[in-house]
Amino acid sequence: MTDDREPTMTGYDQARWIDGDEPRYEPLLSEKDETTVEVGGDDGPLPDDLTRDDLTLPELSEPELARHYTRLSQMNYGIESGPYPLGSCTMKYNPKFTEDVAALPGAAVHPDRPDGTLQGTLELMAHLQDYLARIGGMDEVSLQPPAGAAGEFVGILVAKAYHEHNDEGHRSEVIVPDSAHGTNFATAALAGYDVIEVPSAEDGRVDLDALEAAASEDTAAFMLTNPNTLGLFERNIEAVAEIVHGVGGLLYYDGANLNALLGRARPGDMGFDVMHYNVHKTFATPHGGGGPGAGPVGVVEKLAPFLPAPRVRERDDGFERFDPEYTIGKVHGFEGNWLVLVKAFAYIARLGDDGLRDASAKAVLNANYLAERIGYEVPHGPFHHEFVASAGDQDAADVAKRMLDYGVHPPTTKWPDIVSEALMTEPTEIESRDSLDDLAAAFEAVREEDDETLAAAPDRTTARRIDQTEAARNPRLSWHDLAD
Amino acid sequence: MTDRYHQAGGTPFAPHTEAETAAMLDAIGAESEVDLFDIPESVAFDGEFGIDARTEREIREECGRLFGENDDLVEFLGRNHHGHYVPSLVDHLADRQEFLTSYTQYQPEITQGFLQALFEYQSILAEVTGLGVPNASMYDAATALGEAATLAARLRQVDGTRVLVPELLCPGRRSVLDNYVAGTDLVVETYPTADANVDVDALADAADDDTVMIYAENPTVRGTIEEHLADIGRIADDAGALFCLGSDPVALAILEEPASVGADVVVGDASVLGMPTSYGMGLGLFVTREEFIRQVPGRLVGVSTDDAGNRAYTLTLQTREQHIRRERATSNICTNQAWVALRTAIHAAMLGASGLVDLAETCVREAEALAADLDSIDGIDAPIHDRHHFREFVARTDRRAAAVRDDLLEAGFAVHVVGDHEVQVCVTERTERRTDDLVAAFEEAAR
Repeated sequence: MTDDREPTMTGYDQARWIDGDEPRYEPLLSEKDETTVEVGGDDGPLPDDLTRDDLTLPELSEPELARHYTRLSQMNYGIESGPYPLGSCTMKYNPKFTEDVAALPGAAVHPDRPDGTLQGTLELMAHLQDYLARIGGMDEVSLQPPAGAAGEFVGILVAKAYHEHNDEGHRSEVIVPDSAHGTNFATAALAGYDVIEVPSAEDGRVDLDALEAAASEDTAAFMLTNPNTLGLFERNIEAVAEIVHGVGGLLYYDGANLNALLGRARPGDMGFDVMHYNVHKTFATPHGGGGPGAGPVGVVEKLAPFLPAPRVRERDDGFERFDPEYTIGKVHGFEGNWLVLVKAFAYIARLGDDGLRDASAKAVLNANYLAERIGYEVPHGPFHHEFVASAGDQDAADVAKRMLDYGVHPPTTKWPDIVSEALMTEPTEIESRDSLDDLAAAFEAVREEDDETLAAAPDRTTARRIDQTEAARNPRLSWHDLAD
Repeated sequence: MTDRYHQAGGTPFAPHTEAETAAMLDAIGAESEVDLFDIPESVAFDGEFGIDARTEREIREECGRLFGENDDLVEFLGRNHHGHYVPSLVDHLADRQEFLTSYTQYQPEITQGFLQALFEYQSILAEVTGLGVPNASMYDAATALGEAATLAARLRQVDGTRVLVPELLCPGRRSVLDNYVAGTDLVVETYPTADANVDVDALADAADDDTVMIYAENPTVRGTIEEHLADIGRIADDAGALFCLGSDPVALAILEEPASVGADVVVGDASVLGMPTSYGMGLGLFVTREEFIRQVPGRLVGVSTDDAGNRAYTLTLQTREQHIRRERATSNICTNQAWVALRTAIHAAMLGASGLVDLAETCVREAEALAADLDSIDGIDAPIHDRHHFREFVARTDRRAAAVRDDLLEAGFAVHVVGDHEVQVCVTERTERRTDDLVAAFEEAAR
């Protein structure tokens, strides 16, 4: 290592609202005010038997609320607070101008208007469908799924409808590698499939023999992330496609790791039949503390008639919505998370071909540079935009808690479990070399510390280590439960 | 446009200078960025997408032009997507980067702020529904309904396959429900409605031991207020089925409390607070009873204590979720609508109990007043259902409804067509000042 630096532990003390020596946490809204209003009565517009008796809610002034939520925000770590290398989540900077584009007044329209009055909205959707198709090497795209898991659900429902259409409704199994995202398993089950898990090979990739053994005339689809959750490109992807297609199954691409491949490889060229895009990962729309995201689905031509309704297309006299011939119907009450899609469009337009290619190049560069400097072993490679290190003798969850004290967001931990004490790390392209050096110093410092120190961490955050058992044993989900 | 950090053609959102890139490659021991990719030649992509990069200013102009192509209409539209006025405070606070750019609270020690906000959101839902287990969000009302059906399937003690829904139900909501039960043995069937509300006698006849869930809405998709909720609750109880009620937090501010009429699950669109009209983007509210807590889909924020003995918030009961339970999870949902839930909580807190009740009463009064005004026009009957209404109502038009709709569009107003001679009109505090203009336009269009 060159340019070793000491972790500073400065610049990041979360707000704790110290009052004297005691931390004074931000009270709940209900602890600030509870106002009860009678409902109905002689002045009300409805007969009493149609109304409730009263309503009790906090009632605060605007300045009080501004302080409340500002304080809460100061007890929360965002991408602009510091590095956020949460593996598998692609925590990129969210460009500010995309927020302004989504806030343009003309974007706030109701979906039940006739197509002729919505030409701008439909045109933007048509462009985004087209962009995504090109980026993924797919023929057609649906923008409707409101998240990645919803995209998976659409993809598997489309596969199911396709098989049924071809009188192959007997196919009852979806194959998933052991290293896959939990959503893959859950989605296949939600769609009514038996989930067949295949173990990874020693090198962390798909075990072709295991896949061959699992694949059969009962196989509806094989769901795969590429590069996989270890960051490894599935070099045998063409052989994988041959096995799956050979038994009449479809190959599903989980788009969670697409940020590794922009402009370098496309799922459609690898033999994938259907894929979802996580626009809140790859295309930098904000994660919003858990959502909303969007999970558009791309398909090859033969699957297009089964996509959700409606889709958008251009005709001689403008843009229109239409229902694909054998559509699976809908997976969202309307047409998905529209404002998120606008932001994704703006981001893709900002980067263009060269910018997209560069984003992946820098994401891969950053992951490789960081891995070189963290001191923890990375058992599998060559990896791309993320790597999974092993915390070795240390507890990965404790490592993460201690990293909080060094002012950075830790990696995803203890998953995938084919690496023991996994530290799944994805710095994304937005980190500078300087910032990566800081991050590496934090890893390095924690690696040198003893178990006792780690177990006692964190101590510089808003809350100290939180008792998960207590939360689960006595679930209290609202302020009403605290009053008891 | 180039500067130190934005090299021509690169992403403007990566900070690397050429010198830094070279030094980093050197540290790794790689010749070039391309060498870092382990992609077989046969599947490598060396083509172009053909997407031109634009500047920030150009994209803002482009999108401004695109949205300018949307007709400038006053929307009297609802039917499961309602845009109330959202105070500026909501945008400014929710857009703080600590909220907007963070992700799921896997590290609760540094995300107490968002966790508390979600806990407060859950608390507001618990208050308006009277039920004890609210989750931290689903995608929208339709997917929340689908999740409720799968909850019913998991909870059933004995066999049972029927999910009963009203014959008047938004087709989109029905389609989503059908897809969510596609992987189960559940069958969705409709029961009759009477004057837009539940036909209670017909429902009692339809419900049997094989029924696992009965779904009803209040207000209904046609804006009518349900009058026999407690009876529906009893019918569900007698059948051993869950009573799932669809509503929203504005309506629930004044309408009968779901818990008091026997509702077991409440679903609906909570984004009526916090979000403007957004082309159907919503927030699925999902609240159920304490006894079902281990079977709930989605994330739950709970309370615990930290090592210093202080109250702390955390995601809890995660063993229900896909990242742990995989194919045996209660749902496949991961990314949800947390940021919209934050917005909903801020908006609700700003209105407070009295503001929320005022807003809800306005939705009743304005609908009633507008219906009466339209009813006075020759060629229009409004409302056609002899019920109380919330936000919206259906009117009968002597002319073909589509022709009336088109004439109204010409005059700058949008309404729904729901039958050959039926239009649906939705009015809230956002459009109340334009109702006189709408009535004038209807006078022309109704002829």
